[in-house]
Amino acid sequence: MATVLTNISKQYDSEKTVLSDVNAEIQTGEFFVIVGPSGCGKSTLLRMIAGLTSITDGEISINDKVVNDMAPKDRNLTMVFQSYALFPFLSVWDNVAFGLKARKNTSQADIETRVNDALKMVSLEDLKDRKPRELSGGQRQRVALARAVASDAKICLMDEPLSNLDAQLRIKMRQEIYALQRKLGLTLIYVTHDQVEAMTMADHIMVLHDSKVQQIGTPAEIYKSPANEFVASFFGVPPINILPAISTEEGIVNANDDFTLKINQQVSVENFQVGIRPNELLIEEADELTANASVKTIEFLGDEKIVYAKMAHNDVEIAAIVDSNSQFKPYDNIKVSAKNNVLIFNSDGVNITKNSEDMVNA
Amino acid sequence: MAEFDERAVLKKVFSYILLILLAIIILAPFFIGIWTSFLPTMDIAKGNFFSTKISLDNYVAAFTKTPILRYLVNTLVISTITMIAQLIFCSMSAYAFVFLKFRFRKTIFTLFLITMMLPFEAEIIPNFATVKQMGLLDNYAVMIIPFLTSAFGTFMLRQAFMQTPSELKEASDIEGLNHFQFYWNIVLPYNKIGMITLGAYSFLGSWNQYLWPMLTTFSNNSRVIQNGLKQLQSEETFNDWGMIQASAAIIVIPTIIVLFIGQHYFKSGMNEGAVK
Repeated sequence: MATVLTNISKQYDSEKTVLSDVNAEIQTGEFFVIVGPSGCGKSTLLRMIAGLTSITDGEISINDKVVNDMAPKDRNLTMVFQSYALFPFLSVWDNVAFGLKARKNTSQADIETRVNDALKMVSLEDLKDRKPRELSGGQRQRVALARAVASDAKICLMDEPLSNLDAQLRIKMRQEIYALQRKLGLTLIYVTHDQVEAMTMADHIMVLHDSKVQQIGTPAEIYKSPANEFVASFFGVPPINILPAISTEEGIVNANDDFTLKINQQVSVENFQVGIRPNELLIEEADELTANASVKTIEFLGDEKIVYAKMAHNDVEIAAIVDSNSQFKPYDNIKVSAKNNVLIFNSDGVNITKNSEDMVNA
Repeated sequence: MAEFDERAVLKKVFSYILLILLAIIILAPFFIGIWTSFLPTMDIAKGNFFSTKISLDNYVAAFTKTPILRYLVNTLVISTITMIAQLIFCSMSAYAFVFLKFRFRKTIFTLFLITMMLPFEAEIIPNFATVKQMGLLDNYAVMIIPFLTSAFGTFMLRQAFMQTPSELKEASDIEGLNHFQFYWNIVLPYNKIGMITLGAYSFLGSWNQYLWPMLTTFSNNSRVIQNGLKQLQSEETFNDWGMIQASAAIIVIPTIIVLFIGQHYFKSGMNEGAVK
C-alpha cells in the first residue's frame, strides 16, 4: 500500500527534459514533501501523479495498481491548488460539497455530514453560506482544505498551498495542515519551494533540482548528511558556507587559504570544498595582521545576529550566526575559524564526508 | 477642518457642467420623442411642443388602430428564440475552441473569424436564395434559422472562456466531471457576465433587424416591429405622428429593460475569490 514512482520522466519535446528518472516510494499515511527551486519540475511531478499531465516514460502505481493511463478521477485522490481553485459562484458549503455531488456515489445525507464535519475541522462552520470573494486568503485556503478533507480519497496532493499567504498565516496554516494530516491519516504529497515548510512538516523530503532527484530522506538526514552541495545549500538559513579547501597534512584542512580546521577523515582527492553551517563558524575581532576577513553587513534577528563577511582570499563571502550582544560593525576586521563539524564535497559537489557516506548511497 | 482646495472644486464644477451639457445633448432627442408621443398630432404638426394637452390617446390609438401588438409578439418570439439559440450554440462552440484539443483547431477558428469580416449585407442575396429554396419566406423560421449562431458570439465567449482559470478545469478533472458537466456547472456560471452580455447583444440585434425581415416577410403574421413601424408611416397619406411616436416609444421599452437588467450584472468583481 504505497505510491511508487518508477523511472518517471517527462519531456515536452525532444529538447526539453522536465524530469528524468525519478524514483520514489511514498508510504501510505506519510507526509511527503517535494521541494526544489522554481522550475525544477516539482509541480509537473505532482500533476503526473494526479493524472493531469501525461507521463513520457516510467510508471506510477498507487496501491499496486499502475495508474499511468488512468483518468484523474479514478486515481482516488484530491488536490489542493496554489490558487485554491474555488468556484466563485458557489457558497463555501457548496464548494466543499461539489466533488461529492459530482461523484454521485454518496447519498445526500452522507454528503451533508461529510461537508459539515469537514467545515468544522477547518473551523469554517460560521461562514458556510458565504461566497469565496467574501473570505480572506486564509479562509479561502481553509475551504480548499475542507474540500480535500470531505473527500474520501486517502491521497491528497498539495501544490504550494501556502505561497499566497502572508508569513504569519503561513506558519499557522502549516500547523493546521500538519495536524489534519495526522488526524485523518492522509497520504499527503506536498510540493513547495520553501525549505522551511519541507523541514517542519515532512516525514520524508524529496529534493529536486535540474530535473533530477538529488536526495530523498528524512528532514534530519537531509540537513545533517546532504547528498551534495546543492542539497546542503538549499536547506538552512542562511545557507551553508562553501569554501574551497586543500588538505595540508593528515587531518588538517586549509579552507580558502584563510584558516585551518581539523577533520577526522582522510581526503583522497586534491580539490575539494568544505561546507560549514553559519552556526559552526566562529568569529572574533582581530587586528589587521591576524584578521582573515572583514565584515560587510550585519542582520539583527533578535536573539542572534547574522554577520556577512568577505574573506581575505578568493572574494569568498561567508555568513555566520553570532550572539546578538556581539558588537560587530561593517568594515571591522575579524578572524574567522570553524568548529570541526564540517561537510566535505568533492569537485563535483558530491558529499564525501565519511560518516554520511552511507546516507548518500541510500 | 479640511483644507478647502479651490482649484480642485472648480475643476470638479467644470467637469460636471461639461458632463451635464453632453448628457442634455445626447438625451434631448430621446426625451423630446417621448414627450411628443403624449401630444396630439395636430400640436406636433404645428410645432407646438409646449402644448399642455397631454394624453395617452396616441398609445391607445397605436394598440387599437394598428397591428403593433402582433408585431411586438412576432419580434419578441423571434428575438427570444434567437437569443437562446445563440447563447447555447455560441457557448458550446466557444467551449470546444477553448477546452477541447483537436486537430486544426486554430484553422477552424480562423475560418470562424473570416466569416465575421464579411458584412451581412454582402451575403444577403445568396441567403435570400437559400431561404427561398427552402420555402421559409414569410415565416418566423426565416428570421430565426440564419441567426441561430454567430461567429461574433463564439469569438466573444471564447475570449471570455479563456479567462477561466485552468485550475478549475483541473479540479473538475480530479472530481471526475465530464465535459458537459464542466461546461454546465462551471464554465457557464463562471462566465455569467459574458453570457449576459452576449444575450443582451443578440436580443437587441434581433430586435432591431430591419433589412432582412423587410426582404423576407410580407404579411402581418410574421412582420417584425421595426418594419411595422415603417409600415405605419407610409400607409397613410397624412402621417399620424403622435401615434407613430407612441409606437416608437413602445418599441424602445424592451431595449431599455434589457439594458437595465444587463447593467446590473456588468459589475466587476463577480468572479473574485476563485483563485488567489
